[in-house]
Amino acid sequence: MIPELGHFALVVALLLALTQGILPLIGAHRGNATLMGVARPAAQGQFVFVLFAFGCLAWSFLNGDFSVENVARNSHSQLPEIFRFTATWGSHEGSLLLWTLILSFWTVAVTVFSRHLPEDMASRVIGVMGLVSVGFLAFMLVTSNPFLRLIPVPPDGSDLNPLLQDMGMVIHPPMLYMGYVGFSVAFAFAIAALLSGKLDVAWARWSRPWTTVAWMFLTMGTALGSWWAYYELGWGGWWFWDPTENASFMPWLAGTALIHSLAVTEKRGAFKSWTVLLAILAFSLSLLGTFLVRSGVLSSVHAFATDPGRGVFILAFLGVVIGGSLALYAWRAPRLMTGGAFSWFSREALLLGNNVLLLAALGSVLLGTLYPLFMDALGLGKISVGPPYFNAVFIPLISPVLFLIGVGPLARWKQASLPDMVSRLKWAFAVALIVAIILPFTAGGMNLMATLGLFLALWILFTILIGFAERLKNAQGSLMQKLSSLPRGYWGMQIAHAGLAVGVIGATVVSNFESERDVRMNVGDHVELAGYRFTFQGVKEVPGPNYVAGRGTIEVEKSGSKFVLHPEKRIYNASGMPMTEAGIDYGVFRDVYVSLGEQLENGAWTVKVYHKPFVDWLWGGAFLLALGGALAASDRRYRIALRKAEKASDKLAAKGATA
Amino acid sequence: MKRWIPLIIFAVLAGFLYVGLYLNPREVPSPFIGKPAPKFVLPVIGQPGTTFSPEQAKGKVWLLNIWAPWCVSCRAEHSFLMQLAQSGISIYGLNWKDKDREAEALLNQKGSPYIVTVDDLDGRVGIDFGVTGTPETFVIDQSGIIRMKHVGPIDEAVWKKKFEPLLGKLEKST
Repeated sequence: MIPELGHFALVVALLLALTQGILPLIGAHRGNATLMGVARPAAQGQFVFVLFAFGCLAWSFLNGDFSVENVARNSHSQLPEIFRFTATWGSHEGSLLLWTLILSFWTVAVTVFSRHLPEDMASRVIGVMGLVSVGFLAFMLVTSNPFLRLIPVPPDGSDLNPLLQDMGMVIHPPMLYMGYVGFSVAFAFAIAALLSGKLDVAWARWSRPWTTVAWMFLTMGTALGSWWAYYELGWGGWWFWDPTENASFMPWLAGTALIHSLAVTEKRGAFKSWTVLLAILAFSLSLLGTFLVRSGVLSSVHAFATDPGRGVFILAFLGVVIGGSLALYAWRAPRLMTGGAFSWFSREALLLGNNVLLLAALGSVLLGTLYPLFMDALGLGKISVGPPYFNAVFIPLISPVLFLIGVGPLARWKQASLPDMVSRLKWAFAVALIVAIILPFTAGGMNLMATLGLFLALWILFTILIGFAERLKNAQGSLMQKLSSLPRGYWGMQIAHAGLAVGVIGATVVSNFESERDVRMNVGDHVELAGYRFTFQGVKEVPGPNYVAGRGTIEVEKSGSKFVLHPEKRIYNASGMPMTEAGIDYGVFRDVYVSLGEQLENGAWTVKVYHKPFVDWLWGGAFLLALGGALAASDRRYRIALRKAEKASDKLAAKGATA
Repeated sequence: MKRWIPLIIFAVLAGFLYVGLYLNPREVPSPFIGKPAPKFVLPVIGQPGTTFSPEQAKGKVWLLNIWAPWCVSCRAEHSFLMQLAQSGISIYGLNWKDKDREAEALLNQKGSPYIVTVDDLDGRVGIDFGVTGTPETFVIDQSGIIRMKHVGPIDEAVWKKKFEPLLGKLEKST
């Protein structure tokens, strides 16, 4: 009964989404207030029904209702409770439902925080989001219904993929989807601007915090995915340039470009049509990412050669959303008047440079991701594109972006002076360069890649300090007063940039100075790595809730201090799939990482031991990026705009009441 | 014109994605398919002085299973290969790079699914067959032409899906 109610709720949600997607847009076009008034209640009603459907699916999972095919395929009676709940979004169908739920959540957020928007703008934004929702709900109901029953009912499920039975995987998809789907708000704002032909500074101010918040979630989601790959896959890597990773990295790059372009549109009224195009691009890449991961076009066990129905449906949906919005862009963009002129050396010009380079980097990732598909489709053979390509192309494109981070925030709008900039930054440049050349010698000798990375990171950090010093020079009061007088937007930018520098340090040091050994160990054997002495004390069988683990004990010793790591090799009962759980000792300056390979005779195992200097700085940097985003999005000027608008609309309402 | 560029790029991309839906990214074709199996003469394990070459199997459909005693996935497929052998499938083994000389003892202990298994100690014949890892299994027809190559262990699902239809077709053609 419950699954049927969920199914029914999805149908109702689809009808509400159609209402939300059609009537307000007509209303906004004709200036009909009644039709525009439909937008908010329809969106909120849709959210209630999608949430109800999600609740029904979660209930079926929690109660182990194996008569639901989706539950039977992705759950098991021995599965611990928490994973039984999270299995709700562990499957294709369930993750689509989560996508839709988050989309309607964002729409409700727009209905709540858009009271200060002109009514036609708000209606268009909500209407466009309704149309996107129609696509996803129809896709689910037509090809991927999560509530289908299974007859005969199997006695037990076939279990959730063990890779997903992990806390990191529990939080990763919702975070990622908050980011992906969050770009739909910026997208809807862009389409609304194209439809109305109105794109002014106020428009940029409205869409900016939404974009920043979505970007913040995407940053966290991507970082969590990378961290998960690091501790769960057992080979110590943190980024593989895998199509699935690229699928979340490409919208991130587009979103980063969008945030910066929006800043120019808000402050200077320039880059308007460019900003609109980036907003369309960021969301299009989110959809494309979903398509690539969900359709099996790139790498998946199930190609759609057998059942291309789903793939064709998503592709048609992509065609309508992306093709339609790009056609609208081509038709309407000339209407968007371009703002103030600027010289070749100004903050605008530097931000334009940032945008162009970010998009070039994005293009290189897109090309590398789809190249195997292009070759295959043209009948030119099967190839795969790996990390060597990405590193060779991506690093040269992203390095100048990192360099520009040092210059852009210190440059004046419209017209900056190059000689002045050189005299302000020459010391930062020189010191960063010298330190970056010397540091690698302390770890073995000259290393140009390490020098490049360290130089860029130090350069960013030094210029941030210069920025603060210059901002505070003329301020009044104590240092604390001075610092707290700086707007949150400024803090957000600097913290995010510092986060990038921290991440670059992590990536540089770990890729150039990590060490690893892959050895056969008998009980009592030891191996030395980076000054650590690892002693293998054997593997014991330990039962888990739904798996049996071979739990290793490895004692690690360095200059008298000792600790013990417990890497595991698990065999899951239901699927028989083996999983590796790495044993990691986290530290600010290094991780010590061990994982079990294969069992050999007489209690011996192959064991991998790694020493990973500064690896946690990667995720620390990502955290700072997200923190910067949160601060920037909560800047006072957005809150003031909100409060003012509320007051104005209250007054208006009061007037209306007396009239 | 400039403003139409994004739309044009997307249209091209969508075309490729559409074609991509009908392709299988996992399937890597072997250049050996449809070609005669590479010739070799190698000593047979457990029968000193005897050699085997593919010509001796001409006239029937047979499987060449590349395996090694040190290969864990080969052990995983061993019991299924035993079943196949009992049901009358002709399987020949190629023992690849067995530096520790463990094959004979292992087959004596666990049973051999192979009519014969040959000893490719330096791995040269494996290279002629384009072997990238063990286990790999080739289907070779009556006239010595390679018809299919499977990478990875064989289990019941793989057998039903990939091997049975092909073997049925090949047997009929005689």
